[in-house]
Amino acid sequence: MVGGALRLALRLGLAAAAFGLLAVVPQFSIDTHGVFSSELNSPGTLQVLALMLVFGAVALTYDLLFGFTGLLSFGHALYFAVGVYLTAIATTRWDWTLWQALLFTAAVALLVPLLLGAVSLRVGGIAFAMVTLAFAEAGSKLVNQNPRGWTGGEEGTAVGNLPDALVGVLNTKHLYWIALGYLIFVFVAVNWVVDSSPGRVWQAIRENEQRVEVLGLQPFRFKLMVFVISSFLATAGGVVYALLIGSAGPRVTTPAFTLALLLMVVIGGTGTRWGAILGGALYTFLDYRLVEWSDKAFIRESPDLIRQPLSEPLFVLGTLFILLVFFLPGGLAGLTLPGGRRRGLRLLEQSVRTEPTTGTVEDEADPGVEART
Amino acid sequence: MSALEPERRTLLAVDDLHVHLGASHVLQGVSFAVAEGGVTALLGRNGVGKTTTLRAIMGLSPRRGRVTLAGEEIAKLPTHRIVRRGVGYVPEDRDVFAGLTVEENLRLAERNGTARYDLVYGLFPELRERAGQRAGTLSGGQQQMVAIARALLNENRLLLIDEPTKGLAPLLVTEVARVLEQASELATILLVEQNLGVVHRLARDAIVVDQGRVVHTGPARPLLEDPALVRRFLGVSGAAV
Amino acid sequence: MSTFVLLTITGLGLGAMYFLIASGLSLIYGLMGVLNFAHGAFLTVGAYSSWWLSTQLGGVGSDVLRFLLSAAFGLLVGAVVAALVELVLIRPLYQRHIEQVLVTVGLSLAMVAWVQATWGPTERVYEAPSWLARTTEVFGARVPNDRFVEIGVAAVVLVGIVAFLRYTRYGLIIRAGVENRAMVTALGIDVRRAFTLVFAIGGLAAALAGVLSGVYFGGSIDPDRGTSLLIFAFIVVVIGGLGSIMGSAVAAVLVGLVQQYANYYGSEYLDFSVLGDLSVVLMLAITLLVRPSGLAGKWSVAH
Repeated sequence: MVGGALRLALRLGLAAAAFGLLAVVPQFSIDTHGVFSSELNSPGTLQVLALMLVFGAVALTYDLLFGFTGLLSFGHALYFAVGVYLTAIATTRWDWTLWQALLFTAAVALLVPLLLGAVSLRVGGIAFAMVTLAFAEAGSKLVNQNPRGWTGGEEGTAVGNLPDALVGVLNTKHLYWIALGYLIFVFVAVNWVVDSSPGRVWQAIRENEQRVEVLGLQPFRFKLMVFVISSFLATAGGVVYALLIGSAGPRVTTPAFTLALLLMVVIGGTGTRWGAILGGALYTFLDYRLVEWSDKAFIRESPDLIRQPLSEPLFVLGTLFILLVFFLPGGLAGLTLPGGRRRGLRLLEQSVRTEPTTGTVEDEADPGVEART
Repeated sequence: MSALEPERRTLLAVDDLHVHLGASHVLQGVSFAVAEGGVTALLGRNGVGKTTTLRAIMGLSPRRGRVTLAGEEIAKLPTHRIVRRGVGYVPEDRDVFAGLTVEENLRLAERNGTARYDLVYGLFPELRERAGQRAGTLSGGQQQMVAIARALLNENRLLLIDEPTKGLAPLLVTEVARVLEQASELATILLVEQNLGVVHRLARDAIVVDQGRVVHTGPARPLLEDPALVRRFLGVSGAAV
Repeated sequence: MSTFVLLTITGLGLGAMYFLIASGLSLIYGLMGVLNFAHGAFLTVGAYSSWWLSTQLGGVGSDVLRFLLSAAFGLLVGAVVAALVELVLIRPLYQRHIEQVLVTVGLSLAMVAWVQATWGPTERVYEAPSWLARTTEVFGARVPNDRFVEIGVAAVVLVGIVAFLRYTRYGLIIRAGVENRAMVTALGIDVRRAFTLVFAIGGLAAALAGVLSGVYFGGSIDPDRGTSLLIFAFIVVVIGGLGSIMGSAVAAVLVGLVQQYANYYGSEYLDFSVLGDLSVVLMLAITLLVRPSGLAGKWSVAH
């Protein structure tokens, strides 16, 4: 027990040190040697850093669903987009104050996942993935349709009625701190729920849902609970993102964005906390910086066949991701974790099967199936 | 490999076979040899690893160790290649393809032009009558016939048969035993069977597995006729016969 | 009345494309347990290959010949790319379903980005025979000819797949493999060849949908075509019942029709042009509430 308490203290200490270090970043004007486009505390760099923090946290909310509970959702972007768009629409189209907008968004952020989760959790495995994708697609279509001129369609819509402290390039550091605050909030919340008793049920569901049922618990309730919590946290991330960018655009509603969240988590380490955050931050960093790097001389002068794909961040990220799945399936965290590089993914085997109610094709030859006579 | 009949060659040799399923170490170094011809019974209590042994030989469970068939290493081969070397498999729960007809189930098992339909339909005339019926609608006994027929359709050197009488009515048990007796004249059989009466009737040799290890090998009859050994190895009181 | 006829035939044309995509998804999922996220990318690659050849052919032969040649090329590329994906990326991850899904996700992003980088993010004009763009009068409705081609092609593919599954040895292996892959290998069959085959068939059908979509959507293709159609094909697959070809066919028709009707009447009377897309998602939700296993209700291929 002493070892456990010590480990906990160590973990808390490390987390506090990391967050503390991140908090003082805006105070230092350090040359980044081309890692970023300008020095560390310039507004441009701070914005990219803040986005990395936001997506690190959003990736963690997705990991709560996917890595810890085994729910392969392809619709997580929808809940993020709810936060982005409601913030923008309420503050500009309806001319509400930011606080009113936040309260309203919070209410919606609980109701929508409760409703959609209740429907999509009727199925499991791959069917669940497809259904969540369909709901996200409906949201995406709705945004592009621009009903009543609210969403602004392709153009998107700006965020308005911001307090002075959040407006202007010079105040980017305030937004950065908000992003960091959001990350800390998500980190603490996820740590807390994962180690709570429902959190242990989620992890049991991930490994074997029937066993949870046999214990007399209703997996559906626990799955709905984690679905709502993780969606709510993602919506909060959408709000922070909207403040940071100052507008809402349809990019955050696309299927590609949802898939990006999945990539982030797997890159960092499925089912790990720091891994997911690192994955989200790294992915965002590459997404923003690859375009600029591809303009470097040696790439610019290479033949079209090489230059063109390298100028598409998604081509590079997608390819890197495939290589990672082959050679480092546990993600970055898998480098340090005991229990094998595949640990995080091995626990998810059942998440891509279809749930028992529709019958399964059981692969007799799978390792990890129940021992037989 | 009975000492009394030294002239018989070893067909199948299993050496230090290990299987891990999830966290459990199901087979912990199983070693035995099956002599050519006749029936060798693989015995043991429930859950000691008999089915896993057969599945590991077939390459259906991830395994470590050596398995040789007539001197050739097969433990590294994928399942379908092991089968093509002349190994037939009748799985524990029959595993007939429920959505396919009887005839389709058999046709799927054809490996080359020499499918022995006459032999199979001769042993199981009922299957000829039900050729067009979906296997899923057959009774348990009929499904077992399909499963055995699939293994007998091709010329195999070795048949691995897992609990063929499980859940069958006594009359059908006798019927299956009769068929296996005939089959044993065509190929060597490694048989997992709980019904010790059937084992007594068919088996020449016996291998007893307990907790993932082989604990006894030898002629089948002396084992089955000794109540003390039966109780010790198989957990059944009294002699089998 | 004539509008309704036009909507019906157009909806069936849309459903035809959904079916072409969904049938491959269903076969692959049924046999291998892999949700192939790269299926939309197969469609896009097939459509662009076909477009590319048609730009190379210039004025060779008649427009029908050029169309057929380039379509055939697109299908070939779709099938070959799909087979290669199975051999190189999916097969080494055999029995690791989660990794297989992840690889197809990465592939879907990378392949579409590659197409976008090579041929640009905006749409390309897809040359089709002029006859396809003309109309035929049916019950007073002037129906574009391509709709009949799409419906006809999908019907032929449906019959072809069912016949293939029922009357060929590989069809037998696939039907058996859907039930129990391990037992198929235990009969001495290398079931992995069937995996490559279903990927090739799926890639071919997806490329076919890509080519037809070029005609259906007013003679243009764009890099996101595959992904956007794929999502509706997923809906079709879930409504139809995962792994069922006939279920997919019925659901494809339903989804295509509902989407057309609701999109048209929605924008006509409610000024809401995405009503159809939303209705389809609603249909999916209702299906799940009433019958979570889909229309076909059980695992079955070809019945």
